[in-house]
Amino acid sequence: MSANESQVSVDNVSKVHVSMTGEPLLALLDVTFCVENNEFFSIVGPSGCGKTTLLNLLAGFERPTRGELRVGGELITEPGWQRAVVFQEYALFPWYTVAQNIRYGLRRKRLPENEQRRIVDHYVGLVGLRGFEQRYPRELSGGMRQRVSIARALAVNPTVLLMDEPFAALDIQTREYMQDELLKIWQREPKTVIFVTHSIDEAIKLSDRIAIMAPRPGRVEEIQRVDFARPRDPTHPGVVRLIADVKRWLRQQAFTAEHDEGRAHAAGEAA
Amino acid sequence: MNPASSRIVASSGDAAPAAAPRRDAQPFGHERAQRDDAVMQADMAALAASMVPPPPPPWRRALSRVSRLWLLVVFVVAWQLISMYGSAVNPQLEVMMPPPTAVVSAAADLAARGVLLTHILDSLKRVLLAVGAATLLGVPLGLAMGWSRRFRSVVDPVLEFIRPIPPLAWIPLSILWFGIGDLQIVYIIFLAAFFPIVLNSLAGARDVDTYLVRAGLSLGASQRELFATVVLPAALPQIFTGVRIGLGIGWMALVAGELVAAPSGLGYMINNARTLFRSDYILLGMVLIGALGLALDAGMRELTRLTMPWYHGK
Repeated sequence: MSANESQVSVDNVSKVHVSMTGEPLLALLDVTFCVENNEFFSIVGPSGCGKTTLLNLLAGFERPTRGELRVGGELITEPGWQRAVVFQEYALFPWYTVAQNIRYGLRRKRLPENEQRRIVDHYVGLVGLRGFEQRYPRELSGGMRQRVSIARALAVNPTVLLMDEPFAALDIQTREYMQDELLKIWQREPKTVIFVTHSIDEAIKLSDRIAIMAPRPGRVEEIQRVDFARPRDPTHPGVVRLIADVKRWLRQQAFTAEHDEGRAHAAGEAA
Repeated sequence: MNPASSRIVASSGDAAPAAAPRRDAQPFGHERAQRDDAVMQADMAALAASMVPPPPPPWRRALSRVSRLWLLVVFVVAWQLISMYGSAVNPQLEVMMPPPTAVVSAAADLAARGVLLTHILDSLKRVLLAVGAATLLGVPLGLAMGWSRRFRSVVDPVLEFIRPIPPLAWIPLSILWFGIGDLQIVYIIFLAAFFPIVLNSLAGARDVDTYLVRAGLSLGASQRELFATVVLPAALPQIFTGVRIGLGIGWMALVAGELVAAPSGLGYMINNARTLFRSDYILLGMVLIGALGLALDAGMRELTRLTMPWYHGK
């Protein structure tokens, strides 16, 4: 399948950030991959590998320095509901109730009033927040806030759902529960999802494929398919082996990077 | 058989070959199974309500609110005693610091002559007009400056050039422009209140959480919608703070303005009493300004609470 037929295509994308001291920094170098329709695609890697930059480019918050990103064949030039984002810190509007938050994108789409109400009601039920519609975000727990955020993003019916470490701020029990819930929602209403995380376990639990990134410069090193049936048993020998393999590989990367840096440093001192 | 007990059977089967079972070594889930299901399913709201003590009756709450004013009462009583007994030692004290009772009788005196209410209303009108105008002009200007860096970079030098000039320094020129009267004093108060309102609105709009802006954009908001649904509500608490500060500074400018040139008002009253050597009138003017400022600020706080229920309690 060619890149243009895929739901999402990232084609030779590089991004240079200019630091406060004016120093250009290569955040991403020649990143290329495609995401298929209704695929659950994760991006993992250590901090500083550019995975959040990549998501910001997909969302349209930033523009690539070089290369192109497309969704449904269309070039991404600015943020829009076709690529709704779920943020790590929820980013709910504190002045709106749960229902008003979920309704936000529907109002922007100018949907008929009763249509808006129907959709809000559907997603309130889907994420299990019935009875909390009139609460304000600060009255909710972290897990509930993230449900609102997921419902708000799904309600606009985006082509791609972008998720930026959505469960990283939650405690471990809530996180695992939310992972299960997200999978259930995704299986009930399939959708293309691009999911950024630093947790390999999380990526392997959820994804069809995983892009593994490495830092300095940020790049995609490997794209790993995960073929086990869902729900995935974390004690399944295949899953255990895959997690171990990816972790070992990442550790090696980190070691090599540090080693290289040490050598470069030593060379710099010598010169 | 309910699921909880079947789980226990299953897990105790696993545990059977283990060493002599200890009394406290129960399989997981045992505690929960022992608990009464009725308690678990009880109406949580009713349960919570039964644990909270009932709210005190209204008279009790009113009493507790009044009792918080004890320091103020001590202050007034001390003032009365010092003035009364102090003047026996030093007769000058009667003029230097008249007791609260003298202030009250001064108020009755002026009210009977029908001038007290005029002074109060004139001053109140000037402050409200000026702060109202400063809000109407200052909030949009501040929000625009906070929202657009380019606009800010153009307007900022002008604003920061005018801002350090004390409102009082404008008095002579403003008398030339507007003559002696309401408009001139309103102008002075306006200048005083304008800058805190602009700067607070600016900070409110500039410091909007980037993630909220991004969330709005990624949900399809246009720039105008983003401003109305994200920037404005996010800046609202700071806008209110700016208006409250503006009101406070407005009162200061009012008295200064009315001291120099005014046909009426509390500042005029104070200055007039100075020439007549009536320190009880002076104190009355000061007390009234304090009370009016307090009342307006309380009103603003109530308005904050009503317009931003989501912000309350933070």
